[in-house]
Amino acid sequence: MTVEQQLDSLELMVNVGPQHPATHGVFRMVLWIDGERIVDVEPHIGYLHRGTEKICENEQYSQIITLFDRLDYIANFNNEWVVCMAAEKLMSTEVPDRAQYIRTILCELNRIASHLLFYGTFALDAGAMSPVMYAFRERERIQQIFEATSGARLMHNYFRIGGVKEDVPADFVQRITAALDPIKATIEEADRLVTFNEVFLARSRDVGTIDGKTAVALGFTGPNMRASGVDFDVRRAAPYAIYDRFDFNVPLGDRGDCWDRFWVRIREMEESVKIVEQALKQMQEGPIMAPTRRISRPPKGEVYVHAENPRGDFGVYLVSNGGDRPYRLKIRPPSFCNLMSLKHMMRDAYVADAIMILGSIDIVLGEVDR
Amino acid sequence: MTQERPAPAARAHPAPAEAQAALTEKGKALSALLHEALAEFKPAMSAALDEVVLTVDRANLVKAATKLRDDPRLAFDYLMCLSVVDYEDRFEVVYHLRSLAKPARFTLKVSLPYDDPIVPSVMGVWPGADWYEREGHDLFGVNFEGHPNLAPLLLYEGFEGYPGRKSYPINDYQEW
Repeated sequence: MTVEQQLDSLELMVNVGPQHPATHGVFRMVLWIDGERIVDVEPHIGYLHRGTEKICENEQYSQIITLFDRLDYIANFNNEWVVCMAAEKLMSTEVPDRAQYIRTILCELNRIASHLLFYGTFALDAGAMSPVMYAFRERERIQQIFEATSGARLMHNYFRIGGVKEDVPADFVQRITAALDPIKATIEEADRLVTFNEVFLARSRDVGTIDGKTAVALGFTGPNMRASGVDFDVRRAAPYAIYDRFDFNVPLGDRGDCWDRFWVRIREMEESVKIVEQALKQMQEGPIMAPTRRISRPPKGEVYVHAENPRGDFGVYLVSNGGDRPYRLKIRPPSFCNLMSLKHMMRDAYVADAIMILGSIDIVLGEVDR
Repeated sequence: MTQERPAPAARAHPAPAEAQAALTEKGKALSALLHEALAEFKPAMSAALDEVVLTVDRANLVKAATKLRDDPRLAFDYLMCLSVVDYEDRFEVVYHLRSLAKPARFTLKVSLPYDDPIVPSVMGVWPGADWYEREGHDLFGVNFEGHPNLAPLLLYEGFEGYPGRKSYPINDYQEW
C-alpha cells in the first residue's frame, strides 16, 4: 500500500457560521471537506427573516415602500422602484417624465454604489485590504447625494406610487456631474489595482464556473448570468420605464467564473455612469408626481413586474382585491435564487475558494430572507 | 354602566374596480399558441392585464411543464418566480415563466383545494424551483411531492404553524 492509501481520511464538517466576517451577512454554510476539497455544501438561511410579505398584507401601499428599502439594503432605490411599478401598472398610472428621470438617475447611482461595495468586499475576500477603502470613499460621495435628495443615506423612502416624494435639490445636476469624474477614476483604479492583478487572477480565474444553460435553469440572474455569456438584462430584454431612451452596452463574460462576475460588474459601473450622464442631459422641468389619491386602491387583479437590480432580476407579484392593502405581495429576490447555484459552483472547489465563490455571487441577506 | 349600542348601519361601499385584461397582439398570439400546444392538458386560458394566464390541473402539471420547456416553439427555460397564494378557500401555486430566446412570458397557475394542498414538484423541469418550493412548504404548508428535501428554509426549527396563511394572525408570536 502506498503512503496515501495507508492514511485514514475522514470528512470534516466545517460550519461557516452565521457570524462570520466573510459571509456577507447572517448566512450559514455547512461545508463537508475532505482535506482541502469541498465534498458538499449546505446553505442555511432564514436568520434575517422578518416576514416582510405578511407585513405587506397589513399595511397600505405607501407604508410598504419603507419595507422594500430594507430588503436589498444596498440597492434601496431599485427595490422601491419595483414595488411602485407594480402598483402603478395595476392602477394604470402615468408617471410623469421628470419623475422617471429622477428615478432612473437615482437607481443607476445606486447600482454604481452597490457595485462599488461589491468591488471593495470581493477584493477583501481575496485578501486585498485597500480597495474597500477606495470603494467606500466613492460610495460616500454617492450617499451624500442621496442624503441631500431623500434625507437618508440608506433607507430612503423617497419613491411614491405615481412619482417621487419631492423634487430634487437645486444643485442635484451639478453635484452628480462633479461626482461622476472621481467615480470614473476609481473604476480605472480598480482595473489597475485588482482586475488584472496576478494574485487576484490566480484566486478567481476558473473558480466557481457555471455555464449559461445551467445558470438559466437555476435562475441565476443578473451580472452572474451575464458573466456566463447569457445576454439577459431586463433593461434590454423587457425595457421598463424610460430605459429605451438610453444608449448603453450590456457587458458579457465568457467563462462564468468568479473573475468574469467581477469584471462584468466593473464594466457595468461604466455603463451606469453613461446612463446617468445621458439622463442628466435629457431631464426637463415638470411635475414629479402623477395625480393620485392619497390612499392608493389598485383595482382587483394581479401583476408581475420585474426590474434589473444590481444583484439580478428583482420581481414583485402583486395580487390586489381592490382594497388599500395588497392581498398578496410575493417578492422574487435575486439573491435568494442566486444562492441556489452555490452548490453547483462549489463542486470542485477548495475551502479557500468557497469564500471567493460566495463573494462573487454578491448576495444581500436582507433580500434572501425578507 | 355599559349601554347596548345598536350596530352601525351597513355602509354601502362601492364594489372594487377590476383591472381590465388587455392582451396585446403578441399576447393574443402567445395565448393561441399555448392553447394549441398544451391542448391535451385542457388548459383554461385567461389574462391578467397584458399577461397571458393559463391554469392547468395539478395532475397534468409536470407533463405540461416539460412540454413548455422542451417544445422548440415555446422554449420556456427560465422560471422567474414560483409563488403560493392563499385565497382562503383554495391555494394557488403561480409560476411565472419566461422564454429567453423568443422572448415571451406568461403565467401558469395550479389551483389546490384548501384542505389538500399537494402539488407535484417541478424541480425536475426547472431546478431553480428548489428553494421556492421549500419556502412555499415552510410558510404555507403546501406539499410539493417529489421534492428531494422539503426541510424548513426560512423559519427556525420547531416553529409550529404556517405563518404565510391568512389564518395565521399577524401579531402573534411564539415563545421560544
